[in-house]
Parts: sequence; structure tokens; C-alpha cells
Amino acid sequence: MVTPARYWREIPQRYRLEAGKCTACGKIYFPPRVVCVCGAREFETVQLNDEGTLQTFTVIRVAPSQFTDEAPYVVGIVELGDGVRVTTQVVDCDPEQLEIGQKVKVEFRRVQTIGEAGILCYGYKCVPV
Amino acid sequence: MRDVAVIGIGMTKWGELWDKALRDIFVETALLAIDDAGVDHIDSMYIGCMTSGLFVGQEHLASQLADYLGLGPIPAARVESACASGGLAVKQGFLEVASGYSDIVLVSGVEKMTDVGGDQATYALGTAADQEYEGYHGITFPGLYALIARAHMHAYGTTREQLAHVAVKNHRHGALNPLAQYPFEVTVEGVLNSTRIADPLRILDCSPITDGAAAAILCPLDMAKSLTDKPIVKIAGFGHATDTIALHDREDLTFLAATAKAGEAAYAMSGKTPEDIDVVEVHDCFTIAEICVIEALGFMEKGKGGTAAESGLTALGGKIPVNTSGGLKAKGHPVGATGVAQIVELVKQLRGDADKRQVEGARVGLAQNMGGSGGSTLVHILEVQ
Repeated sequence: MVTPARYWREIPQRYRLEAGKCTACGKIYFPPRVVCVCGAREFETVQLNDEGTLQTFTVIRVAPSQFTDEAPYVVGIVELGDGVRVTTQVVDCDPEQLEIGQKVKVEFRRVQTIGEAGILCYGYKCVPV
Repeated sequence: MRDVAVIGIGMTKWGELWDKALRDIFVETALLAIDDAGVDHIDSMYIGCMTSGLFVGQEHLASQLADYLGLGPIPAARVESACASGGLAVKQGFLEVASGYSDIVLVSGVEKMTDVGGDQATYALGTAADQEYEGYHGITFPGLYALIARAHMHAYGTTREQLAHVAVKNHRHGALNPLAQYPFEVTVEGVLNSTRIADPLRILDCSPITDGAAAAILCPLDMAKSLTDKPIVKIAGFGHATDTIALHDREDLTFLAATAKAGEAAYAMSGKTPEDIDVVEVHDCFTIAEICVIEALGFMEKGKGGTAAESGLTALGGKIPVNTSGGLKAKGHPVGATGVAQIVELVKQLRGDADKRQVEGARVGLAQNMGGSGGSTLVHILEVQ
């Protein structure tokens, strides 16, 4: 469910990979949080790396309705360094050739199209390098 | 805290129950449990239900169901922890009896899933994942468990065939359970050739969409002997733990940390170890889930879970029978009801009432009920007195 206000407030993460780094212990959270597992509550805004490694992946063949036209497509978990991982689509690749450990790069792409008006929703996807 | 017993259980046949509303399924099942216990009143009730709001457009469920069961104005509460809602209802009922606040408590789980189409059901179930950072990118629930499966296969050499053996075993058990949604057998070849859903998972790796309910009556152990002539089953311990609901936030993608934590707490409270358990019901929403769960509960070494079903270890007649009911795979998975149905199966086994799927001499049983991709887990250990 994507609504205008919800989409708008998530733009810093979806467009710019903005994360929060705990000033006490250095742990990075994506999306940012206001309290760290170490107990501290001070964070600085940092941007995640735009290169990473594929940890696992699947090929979605039965998709949610807003993704039906895209299926089959690959969704994976990518480690972007500093222990931060994201769930993201991996595109511009042959799923049969994909392997865990594949190096990938983050790109700004259209992620989904919603509603009868076909509103475009953007964000990050990964492509093999 | 007082000791607590399960003195009544109820469950009807699960499936696509087009002719029944959520309230009908619940009332039918709850009456079976009340009659089984032989009690003349209920002090309080808990309902586990994941998302009646999305499946049938009904919230404020507990009051409605208490009314339709003829129990108003007793206190009634609906509890939610995604697919672990049923297990959570059992825990809440246990605590209310143990605390001394109530004597006879009805715990039930219910889900009516087939009033919506496949798209809406997929959406409703998907709300158990992180909507903004998982769902936004097009992942589904089979997809999340497929991510776990591929990571497990990569890390430990678990094979596609070993996943299939979990479905084959649970369908073999389910074929012996007249209440199961799919009481028939499947073959390894059949699983491997079934429709692809989210690689490497196929449709016969997945639990189905189901309408169903399950119910149990709890009371103080001391009171149980005066209420029933049936073998008395004590809730010897429970554990409840949480984990990140986003799979990608977990250090080890193949390890169900909440299940391990809940298991440790239940073992400690009951004074049992995995070696003491005679029969097990686990949350096999997908074949890979059973493999990861039996590892997290200490029945198998980490990474070796894939060999369990293949070798027969977890089959009826094996060393540690898992999912004698048919599991979520064959019995069905009306999400909020599953955790209570596991208790129903354990009570049948511990009373010696499980017919063709009876584990001979079973005295101690364990149930593990899990929400989402492992973000919440309830474990209960039951022992016949």
C-alpha cells in the first residue's frame, strides 16, 4: 500500500540510501532509527555504499498484483558493507547465471506502478557488475 | 504461579469452507472443545487471528465471537502475532489461569481466508513482512522462505530433494488425519515437478490457503481431575521470543533465532531437553521452515536439518516424529488457527487418541508456532500426567 504521504516520507531512503549511524557504537541502521541496541540515541545521517554482494536470491514467479507484469523477476538480499543489508530486485541479468557472492551495483530505477492511474514509484535496484 | 492443564480440545475439518462464515467456524470448534472438557462455563477467552480485517473486513472480533458463543459479557481478547497468533492465544490463556485470575479459559485460533481472491490473500499475508523495506520491492512470503532456502542450500549443501522429502513426509502423515485439508500423499518427483512459485520453492513446498479454527480449554491442574476423566495434559512450559521481521536484518539468514530462544525458555521452564520430547508439531509453512526449525530447537545439528525427513528420522515410526498431524503443509494453514491446532494434535497424541498416526507411548510433546519469516515464535511443551 503506497500512499502519497508515505511515499514522500520514504524518499530519503528510496532515492538516496540515507541511513543512521550511531555516534556511540558506530552501528548503521537502514532505515534510520532513534534508539540503538547499545542504548544510545544520537545518530548521524550517512549514505550507504552503492556497491555490494548478493547474499541470497529468489526468482518470483507468482507476484503481488502490482508486480504481475514484471514476473518472473529476481529479488535478493544484498550486503552493502558495514553489516547493512537490503532486500532489493536484481535486474539486467540472467537469473540462471546468478550466484550467491555476485558483486552488484545499486541503481535508481522504477520499482512499481500502482493504482488505476499507474503512478510510478521509484527506488533502488541492483545490477551485476 | 499455578500449574495449568488442557482439559478440552476442538477442531473440525479444514479446507475451503464456502458455506461457513468466520463466526460459524469458530463457534463450531469452540463448542467441540467445551463439550470435550465437559465444563459448564467459561471465565475468559483469547482468540488468535492474524488479520480478519483484511480477510473478511471484520475487526472487534473477540466481542463478536464471545457473543455468538453465548458467553457475553465475559472478557474476550483477540491477540495477533501474524501466523503465531494462535500460539500467542495459548500463552495468554496459560498466564491468565496460572496467575489465578481465571479458572476456565477458552483459547482459540481462527482464520477465514477464502472470502478474498488470491491477490488479496497474498497481500494480507505479506503484511507480516516489513511492508516498506521488503514488500515494496516485490518479495512475497514464499519468496522470503526461498531466500532462506537458497542460503541454507549454499551454506550447508542442503538439496532440493531434501526439501521435497519434508512435503512428502507431512503429506504421508496428513493422509492419516481426517481433518486435514489435503489428506493425500505426494511423491518427491511430484514435488520437484510442481509449479514454480519462488525459486527454489515450488507449490508443493508451500502450505495452502485455508479456512479453519481450533480451540482448547485450559484450567488449573488441581481442578482438572475433578472436571474430566480423560488423561490430563499439563502445559509444562512455554517460551516466547521475537526477532527482526525483516529477514535481511538478521545476522544469519538461515538461523531462526526467535525459535531457538523460545525453545530454550520452554525447555528451561519444563525441565525438559530435546531428548525428552516424544512428538513434535512445528511451523512448516514452507518445507525449508521445518528444516530450520528442527535445527533451532536442537533436534538436529545446525546445517543437518535437511537430512531428517529424508532419512525417516522425523517420520511416524522414526526417532522424533515431526508434524504427525500433516503439518501446515497437508493439514492446512488458516494462519491464526495454526498455533492452537498444534496443541490439539499434541493433546490427541498424549491422550493416546491419534488413531492411525499415534506415536506409541508419547508422554511429552512440543509445539512451535512462528510468525512471518521468523519474527515471532511461541513454543509450548505439554506432558501427560
